[in-house]
Amino acid sequence: MAVLARASGEEIAALMPELPAHERLRAPETGLVMVRGRAGGDGNAFNLGEMTVTRCAVRLGETVGHAYVAGRDKRQAELAAVLDAALQDPARRDALMAAVIAPLATRQTASRDADARRAAATKVEFLAMQTTR
Amino acid sequence: MSTLTPGFADPVLDAQATFRAVLEAMSRPGRIQRAGTGLRPPAPMMPAAAAVLLALADSGTTLWQDAGTDAEAWLRFHCGAPFAAMPAEAAFVLATGAPPVIADLNAGSEEEPERGATLIVQVAALEEGAGWRLSGPGIEREHRLAVTGLPSDFVAAWARNRGRFPRGVDVILCAGERIAALPRTVAIAEG
Repeated sequence: MAVLARASGEEIAALMPELPAHERLRAPETGLVMVRGRAGGDGNAFNLGEMTVTRCAVRLGETVGHAYVAGRDKRQAELAAVLDAALQDPARRDALMAAVIAPLATRQTASRDADARRAAATKVEFLAMQTTR
Repeated sequence: MSTLTPGFADPVLDAQATFRAVLEAMSRPGRIQRAGTGLRPPAPMMPAAAAVLLALADSGTTLWQDAGTDAEAWLRFHCGAPFAAMPAEAAFVLATGAPPVIADLNAGSEEEPERGATLIVQVAALEEGAGWRLSGPGIEREHRLAVTGLPSDFVAAWARNRGRFPRGVDVILCAGERIAALPRTVAIAEG
């Protein structure tokens, strides 16, 4: 679900050309969720702010899939919910993991690594500057 | 989980239409309105009763029901309402079988009579033009309503409910996709 939550609706749809027939239990809907934080890990919980969340629930045969994703991408929420339901089916799980989840995960790891490398290149080692003096 | 069925097709417009139907039913006691067309709630819940709960119940109202675990899962998913252990603690009481004793339900207080419970009773049939003679606010002279499937002591219990006005319980009768309301002000005479 973490992979699906980070992927966009188009990305998932591109990897999943045919969507299994499903019934919408709760059509994709957008709302606000209060995000709570805690200063320093042991402070009192406080309300950090509200974030936009889109949720969806579908039924695929006997299984029910739920998805809550950040943002307003209704397509992403519905696709994630369908995949949540489909991945609970042992017969489809492996094929879907290989066809949809694995490529998305690889792409996300690569993009995160690229960002990390770009940031690392600009890092200033204060300790190193002290020793060169 | 596998018995979950969808709620309203259009959550906003369908809830508004149902609210309007309940409002009309409450303002004109005994007149039949339609609600819940197209809903497929788990048995033994009827579409009208399910629609009324979808429109009125939410996380701020406690619920009690006797329709079984499928209905409870459905209501939890679509309404998000907390469930009460006893009918006396609930704001909305759904009775699919024999209704609970009206005197046992929350009737509100003299200061806050609006906190009285709403009892939603599923009955076998509702028909206008025969049966009970209703009178009271919202009815010019009298209105006739025939209800099939209520216990025989309902009219006596209703008279006691009306006697403690402004406290009291309001009743919504549901049969299939038809609803009729009995607000606490209405008087019922048999025959």
